[in-house]
Amino acid sequence: MDLQTITYTFVGATFALYIGIAFWARASTTGEFYVAGKGIHPVANGMATAADWMSAASFISMAGLIAFNGYGASVFLMGWTGGYVLLALLLAPYLRKFGKFTVPEFIGERYYSRTARVVAVICLILASITYVIGQMKGIGVAFSRFLETSYETGLYMGMGIVFIYSVLGGMKGITYTQIAQYCVLIFAYTVPAIFISLNITGNPIPQLGILSTMADGNSYMMDKLNTVVSELGFNEYTTQVMGSKLNMFAYTLTLMIGTAGLPHVIIRFFTVPKVKDARSTAGWALVFIAILYTTAPAVGSMARLNLMNTIQTGPVGEVTSNIEYEKRPQWFKNWEKTGLLKFEDKNGDGRIQYYNEKNKEFAAKAESYGWKGNEMVKVDNDIMVLANPEIAKLPNWVIALVVAGGLAAALSTAAGLLLAIASAISHDLLKGIFKPEISESQELMAGRIAMVGAIAMAGYFGLHPPGFAAGTVAIAFGLAASSIFPALMMGIFNKKVNRQGAVAGMIAGIGITMLYVFQHKGIMFIPGTSFLGDMSPNWFFGISPNAFGCVGALINFAVAIGVSKVTEAPPEHIQHLVEDIRVPAGASAASDH
Amino acid sequence: MNNNTGYWKENLRLVAILLAIWFAVSFLFGIILVDTLDLIRIGGVGLGFWFAQQGSIYTFLVLIFVYTKKMNALDRKYNVHEDDD
Repeated sequence: MDLQTITYTFVGATFALYIGIAFWARASTTGEFYVAGKGIHPVANGMATAADWMSAASFISMAGLIAFNGYGASVFLMGWTGGYVLLALLLAPYLRKFGKFTVPEFIGERYYSRTARVVAVICLILASITYVIGQMKGIGVAFSRFLETSYETGLYMGMGIVFIYSVLGGMKGITYTQIAQYCVLIFAYTVPAIFISLNITGNPIPQLGILSTMADGNSYMMDKLNTVVSELGFNEYTTQVMGSKLNMFAYTLTLMIGTAGLPHVIIRFFTVPKVKDARSTAGWALVFIAILYTTAPAVGSMARLNLMNTIQTGPVGEVTSNIEYEKRPQWFKNWEKTGLLKFEDKNGDGRIQYYNEKNKEFAAKAESYGWKGNEMVKVDNDIMVLANPEIAKLPNWVIALVVAGGLAAALSTAAGLLLAIASAISHDLLKGIFKPEISESQELMAGRIAMVGAIAMAGYFGLHPPGFAAGTVAIAFGLAASSIFPALMMGIFNKKVNRQGAVAGMIAGIGITMLYVFQHKGIMFIPGTSFLGDMSPNWFFGISPNAFGCVGALINFAVAIGVSKVTEAPPEHIQHLVEDIRVPAGASAASDH
Repeated sequence: MNNNTGYWKENLRLVAILLAIWFAVSFLFGIILVDTLDLIRIGGVGLGFWFAQQGSIYTFLVLIFVYTKKMNALDRKYNVHEDDD
């Protein structure tokens, strides 16, 4: 069978499975729709949380980021896992004890304020929508590359699938589908990694492969990679930093507290039966996430090594070491068609030279070889995982599996985000603020309509991505870190923070973060409107805009505590509420409302 | 309420200890002290690099499960655990 037929078979089979689950797990109450009836076992919930969390970015982009940033990409590895420690220790058990459906609901009640609830809804929707656009784009790209449909057809198919299981099943359908999607995506990620690790180092466990010697036994794999890249003028793989150490520190912290503040992740902790289960859900989620995240450094480094060795086949400087363009492998041709890989024969010798032309010392050496600049003018980060099985010459079914895995990752995250948006609209805005008198079945209907609306909107933005889409995905973490996380944490750990403090803190935190991003990236990301330019010398202590959320969070904490000190203390019953959520006893009763 | 105050204090102490470890393995070993730790080599990579890309994640896992176990014991000690049904 050819690749396309196998891919259709794999993708078709997984889609049939998701739809089957959707019909089996239909939601009939608002409790089932929003939080799956609070009856999900922690291990199952952990698996669903992992699928919810690991998006197209984790599955497709992260290994590419690691491949080209080496040590610098550690910020993503630590940042996107360390957040779960914060969630487990600081938020999850207490929010479960509180026993309601949504994040804004907690903020609204704890700070006895509709304003706070509305501010939280706005922060939630901003962060979630920017995220969902990225997932939709991922679905469209995967379809168009591997199933050779148009981008639009791919997008409509993705929307249709999400529509079926999220509108019918709500959180219940989404949770069970995500469990299936987790199995697909983790299998798809680890199988090629095992093959590649075996090829390169002879060790089948990728986590140990990066610590092993090359299959020929001559040198350690990482030493070899360092040599190969530095011989071509690139930074040494294991020591290259991202910006500066301070920037890496801030970036990691922002991603950690952003993770702990993202509503579609927090909402998962409302779905378990007990407080005890909320604690262990975070642990299980991280187990399932760690399987992918500890494999990613192997995928990234080995893909880089394979890529370099494909192009530079022998000692640097010898003419015959550089592969002839006419003899380039099939995967190279395939990715050239997508425009994500581009070659330009600058010195007209018909061979490919791939090196770091920005390294002046090496560029001088390259000139003496007769090289006239780096000829791999574009190597997109995102192709590394998808092209990896082809680069390593793995069989076709592995490639088809990776496509199904990438789609599972994008679909599961999109569904989780859409539910967070729909519940904020139907539960917080409609039921909580505008029309408290509607019945449960009316609210359920409203939830479904909001879900349809959210899918349509995500599809629209997927078809017509706004110019600022790429920029906003990166700041979703900054927004969540600087607004939602501090409000939740202070709500639990500081009884004295009151309504005025919380609202002022959220607005100050998110305001300063947006201001910093806008002044460097342009107002609403419109090019040319940035007033300080996107230049690193203008960065505050060299902190990049994406890494600024943690500073916003600090300001949020400071403003909220300061304002609370000079205004009246929260009323008695709120202080009792806080005392009550701090102990697990009585949680089951609290959820029956 | 006195009972609950003791529970809360012990909880805060546990969280503080675990977060100190959380900070140490990621920010301290993985970023601040990375160059020093990299002088110690395991399997072709520096220890600092290993903590940043592998070790910190394994430690995070252990931290959450230790927290879960200790908190469940604490719930019982102060008799604030949920009813078993």
